[in-house]
Amino acid sequence: MDAPEELLPPVIYTMENKPIVTSAGDQNLFASVYPTLSQQLPREPMEWRRSYGRAPKMIHLESNFVQFKEELLPKEGNKALLTFPFLHIYWTECCDTEVYKATVKDDLTKWQNILKAHSSVDWLIVVVENDAKKKNKTNILPRTSIVDKIRNDFCNKQSDRCVVLSDPLKDSSRTQESWNAFLTKLRTLLLMSFTKNLGKFEDDMRTLREKRTEPGWSFCEYFMVQEELAFVFEMLQQFEDALVQYDELDALFSQYVVNFGAGDGANWLTFFCQPVKSWNGLVLRKPIDMEKRELIQRQEATLLDLRSYLFSRQCTLLLFLQRPWEVAQRALELLHSCVQELKLLDVSVTPGALDCWVFLSCLEVLQRIEGCCDRAQIDSNIAHTVGLWSYATAKLKSLGYLCGLVSEKGPNSEDLDRTVSLLAGLGAERPETANTAQSPYKKLKEALSSVEAFEKHYLDLSHATIEMYTSIGRIRSAKFVGKDLAEFYMKKKSPQKAEIYLEGALKNYLAEGWALPVTHTRKQLAECHKHLGQIENYLQTSSLLASDPHLTEEERKYFCQEILNFASRQPDSPSDKVVLPMQSFAYLRDLRFTPSNAVVHVGGVLSLEITLCSQMPIPVHVEQLAISVHFSIEKNSYRKTAEWLTKHKTSNGIVHFPPESPPFPAAPSSSPALELYETFERSPSDNSLNTTGIICKNVHMLLRRQESGPSLDVAPAVAVEDGAHVLKCSAVTLQPGANVITFRTQAKEPGTYTLRQLCASVGPLCFVLPHIYPLLQYDVYCQEPQLRVEPLADSLLAGIPQKVKFTVTTGHYTVKNGDSLQLSNAEAMLILCHAENRAVIYSNTREKASDASLRVQSSDKVTSISLPPAPAYHMIEFELEVLSLPSAPVTAGESSTLGVPEPQRKHKDTQKAGHRMATTDHKVSIDCPWSIYSTVIALTFSVPFRTTHTLLSAGTRKYVQVCVQNLSELDFELSDSRLVDTGDSTSLQLAPLNMASQQHIYSQQSVFFVWELTWTQEPPPSLHGRFSVGFCPASEAQLSVSLKPYTYDFHMENFFTLYSVKAEILPPVGTEHCRTGALCALEVCVTRLADLLEADRDEALTQSDEYLSTKLMYEVVDNSSNWAVCGKSSGVISMPVAAQATHRVHMEVMPLFAGRLPLPDVRLFKYLPHHSAYPSQADADSWIENDSLSVDKHVDDQLDSSSVKSRGSVHSAPGGEHKGLPMPRLQALPPGQVCNSSTAMQVLVVPSRDDHVLEVSVT
Amino acid sequence: MAVCVAVIAKENYPLYIRSVPMENELKFHYMVHTSLDVVDEKVSAMGKALVDQRELYLGLLYPTEDYKVYGYVTNSKVKFVMVVDSSNTALRDNEIRSMFRKLHNSYTDVMCNPFYNPGDRIQSRAFDSMVTSMMIQVC
Repeated sequence: MDAPEELLPPVIYTMENKPIVTSAGDQNLFASVYPTLSQQLPREPMEWRRSYGRAPKMIHLESNFVQFKEELLPKEGNKALLTFPFLHIYWTECCDTEVYKATVKDDLTKWQNILKAHSSVDWLIVVVENDAKKKNKTNILPRTSIVDKIRNDFCNKQSDRCVVLSDPLKDSSRTQESWNAFLTKLRTLLLMSFTKNLGKFEDDMRTLREKRTEPGWSFCEYFMVQEELAFVFEMLQQFEDALVQYDELDALFSQYVVNFGAGDGANWLTFFCQPVKSWNGLVLRKPIDMEKRELIQRQEATLLDLRSYLFSRQCTLLLFLQRPWEVAQRALELLHSCVQELKLLDVSVTPGALDCWVFLSCLEVLQRIEGCCDRAQIDSNIAHTVGLWSYATAKLKSLGYLCGLVSEKGPNSEDLDRTVSLLAGLGAERPETANTAQSPYKKLKEALSSVEAFEKHYLDLSHATIEMYTSIGRIRSAKFVGKDLAEFYMKKKSPQKAEIYLEGALKNYLAEGWALPVTHTRKQLAECHKHLGQIENYLQTSSLLASDPHLTEEERKYFCQEILNFASRQPDSPSDKVVLPMQSFAYLRDLRFTPSNAVVHVGGVLSLEITLCSQMPIPVHVEQLAISVHFSIEKNSYRKTAEWLTKHKTSNGIVHFPPESPPFPAAPSSSPALELYETFERSPSDNSLNTTGIICKNVHMLLRRQESGPSLDVAPAVAVEDGAHVLKCSAVTLQPGANVITFRTQAKEPGTYTLRQLCASVGPLCFVLPHIYPLLQYDVYCQEPQLRVEPLADSLLAGIPQKVKFTVTTGHYTVKNGDSLQLSNAEAMLILCHAENRAVIYSNTREKASDASLRVQSSDKVTSISLPPAPAYHMIEFELEVLSLPSAPVTAGESSTLGVPEPQRKHKDTQKAGHRMATTDHKVSIDCPWSIYSTVIALTFSVPFRTTHTLLSAGTRKYVQVCVQNLSELDFELSDSRLVDTGDSTSLQLAPLNMASQQHIYSQQSVFFVWELTWTQEPPPSLHGRFSVGFCPASEAQLSVSLKPYTYDFHMENFFTLYSVKAEILPPVGTEHCRTGALCALEVCVTRLADLLEADRDEALTQSDEYLSTKLMYEVVDNSSNWAVCGKSSGVISMPVAAQATHRVHMEVMPLFAGRLPLPDVRLFKYLPHHSAYPSQADADSWIENDSLSVDKHVDDQLDSSSVKSRGSVHSAPGGEHKGLPMPRLQALPPGQVCNSSTAMQVLVVPSRDDHVLEVSVT
Repeated sequence: MAVCVAVIAKENYPLYIRSVPMENELKFHYMVHTSLDVVDEKVSAMGKALVDQRELYLGLLYPTEDYKVYGYVTNSKVKFVMVVDSSNTALRDNEIRSMFRKLHNSYTDVMCNPFYNPGDRIQSRAFDSMVTSMMIQVC
């Protein structure tokens, strides 16, 4: 029972505080019970129901029992809670009524009165019963009577305020029970008291807080009140509630500061605005910093003091709550807000003082956390503490800079003064850390003491921070700290250490495309490279900076000048070349070939115009610009021909380069653009396309591992190719922006040239574009001279002058004066020489170069064309007129003894393609001056006409009809049509029946000519006719040349009429007309018109009894099925060979339809006996049958040439010995020999009366 | 209100970044860039949550002495970072939230522009003036 002593110094508040319970009455009794009581009280938790809807809590109660004194009771207005007695207990052992009445009652009354005077209602009377005592005094009243008395006297209506504790020191179940009841009562009462008193306190506190707008209100006073509450909660181990009190105070204060900033100042705040004089950091090692608390109590605390104290309390409570990471987080917030609040309140602070305070505080917090956590916990919670580390690092850095500890020379006197005053503000080290070697205080003091110590501490901190950031994956933050470190190293003149940090940071910024940080870091890196003497790196970084649009013009100029200075400085060793990538220096925008298709002939001039955009801010004089070119002899020779050249016109030859990937690529990695090309794979044999596709040529660049490159900034090995072929351009000044540079080259070797690299040399510096994309090539070709002859129109027409174009492609051959083309004349083709022929000379690109006259000399065999002189790789074009002599196509099977012999003439197409023109080919061989071989050229001419002839008979009179059909697209004028007999018979005369001598024949139309054939003596067996007609194109009235007439030869035999056939149909006797279904008589009368002629002499002629006869077969056929022939429809008759011999045949026919019906055909054949020694014919199908004769179509050839009438009237009878049997054969009579006089006759047939019952059977 | 507003692509390169005092542009660039560390951390911590329940607003990324950096990430992992002056205590979380929402809406408008190539720098004038309006209120 040490409580009374502890009361005296009321200011030591520790965790050991317990709520005070006073004890009055029998002190000895209490002393005997106390050990058990203090042990038993906290054993079981009790539920504490709270006011204001706060959640109930289970708490273990402990108490500090002190002896009751009147002074303990709080006076009116005393707000102290910690010293507040929550419960008053009166102990008594009395069991004797006498004693009770004599002393105890008075004592109790006195006690009660004191309590009442202080309006304390939390009291308890404990009556301890002892069996031992009872035994001693047997005459005493039953025990209950004392208790009842007390209850009666003091506890009116509060009987529970008096409890009995039986035999407290015994170890019996009854004792135990009584203890439990007592303890429960005690706890309940205690909690009731807490609830009541704390509630009252809180209400008072709230009232006080509401008064905060009143002028006299003091934050510090209120602070003390609310802290009292916090203490009580802490005392009750309700840390959460305690923390809430501090947080409320914190928020209140913050709000005041904010309001102050907004102009709403509270008077009491001005006190916190006093200048900061001490900055010794947070103190977290003591649970309560009494020094600071007193300052607050005395209202002398500065803002930093208040904040420090508040935070130390929060920290303590958080640590009790096992939330160290929240401490770290809150610490950072606190430090930031303190700095802000000082600024906001406009508190004057010595420069650097805050840095010291923050630095010390950071370390203090960190050490405090480290002190209560193990290593593993700390390692896994770096994310919470690293902020403090980095803050401390930054603060130390700024202190270092402030105190001149970073500069090369060390601190000057001014810096030292500053250091001293800063150290003074730290005060003396606090006793609790004095023995710690690594205390924040010592660290700071040491760091500020010397340059070396500062460096050591700063590096330690920085490295630790970077390491922590890296370990939790905050790479960017790590790089940022690294950059600070690099800055420090640069200041300390150790650029080699700075380089790695700068490069690391730069890589990070580049990879993520942050332009401004990249520029800034590059600037630092440039300086670093400069100090390190890394010329190449420096120049490269400089060139990047010089082209950096984020820098000012002056800065860019400076870096550009640095490059130029270097370039002009080193003339000594020319082999020492520094190769830099070009893209920062300049970029290619476009390129133009002239000629535009990038194809030149050997010896030709190719110019290459590039637009190079310089990114330098000032004009740069470039000694040489060179494009290295790769040469290859390409197999694909097509590109090199003039033909390709004229057909393949590219869009004016300009190639635009893809805009240089913007300085900061959209894609995170600055991977190069895809270089795509199309590929074609052709089969080696026939050059046909096998496969086609797209390939990417820089896969190796794209697919390499991201991190493999040592640095993104340094392009891996810019290799300068040393090609034999280089296009050069010297002494160029590149102005900022676009520059047009022209390269010229004379083509030498044929092949393909690929542009590979562009290199700009400035002194010993080479800016190299290692790779030109898209692929650019130009071709040099060498071409053999060529002659081409082609018609001007679609097709050439025979018989009229036609134009033919000659094209001479000179290729590498130069046409000299006197060179000529020698044409060996084809016989049937004339080359028409005009007085004036002009040749046009074109250049390679189809531009007209000149115009020259052409001399054409013709001799018998050879036509010589002298060419105008022309340079190599030009074209000479001229036109000549040629004339193919016209002639008719030879009719098949007929004689070919024609007037004009045509040995080279080929009959290509005959009758089958109805309207196609017959063509003839003429081959001309030409000797060219550049070759010893002749060129043979075939020209195809089409004959514009097709001619057919027909023999027409009328009895014995004969007519020849010639049909001329114009197949061409032109109209012609026909004149002087003539038909002559070229045979020897003079007796034959041809009388024209044509009207006009001039005839117009339109395109695709026909004209007919007719002649009558007359003869004086015996008619000739054959006629060799030649039809000729003059023609000229209708459009050209006057032609310079006289044209040969068109001729057509034909041959006719047996055209003299031998037989006349007459058929007649008579109606049945007694009727006027034929009737359908009624048999009519058909009477056929065959009459021979001539005596024996030459034409008759064949096998059909039989001689018997000096009497000549010819066997003929007749046949009645009705192809249109108008008639039914009844009975025999054919028969053989023997015709005497004598004029006017007549044979009549009667037949029955029946009309099947009514109307005017044409007569059925009567056909006549020569009937050849079977014994005739005719060669057997293959056509076994053609067999004579009774009714119908199959007509073989293979004689169609003859149909056109010598047809007489319509189809079906001509029969061939290719009979023969069929299947070995001797069979008679039929032979058609030549068309001219039969005259059917009843052709086209018709008979009127009237319908029968009841033809609906007509039934006809035909056998 | 804001002193610096940045839109950062999924790949962490800036699509748009503007700060009010032009002379300190570099500092803000560094600050925004460094804040991406925290964004990444928060986003990966959030990754497990269901997509539709995810809060786009990341809250305070990290405070510095003078500035507060707030973050917001869209579902397509485009990040908005806003730097606010620490002394500007009038700004509450709700206001920051609504500013981010405004920013997001305006960004969506930019994306809806058929002539805008996703991934390009934002040059929309409407977006720019919206950002300006968010910055101007400080004065």
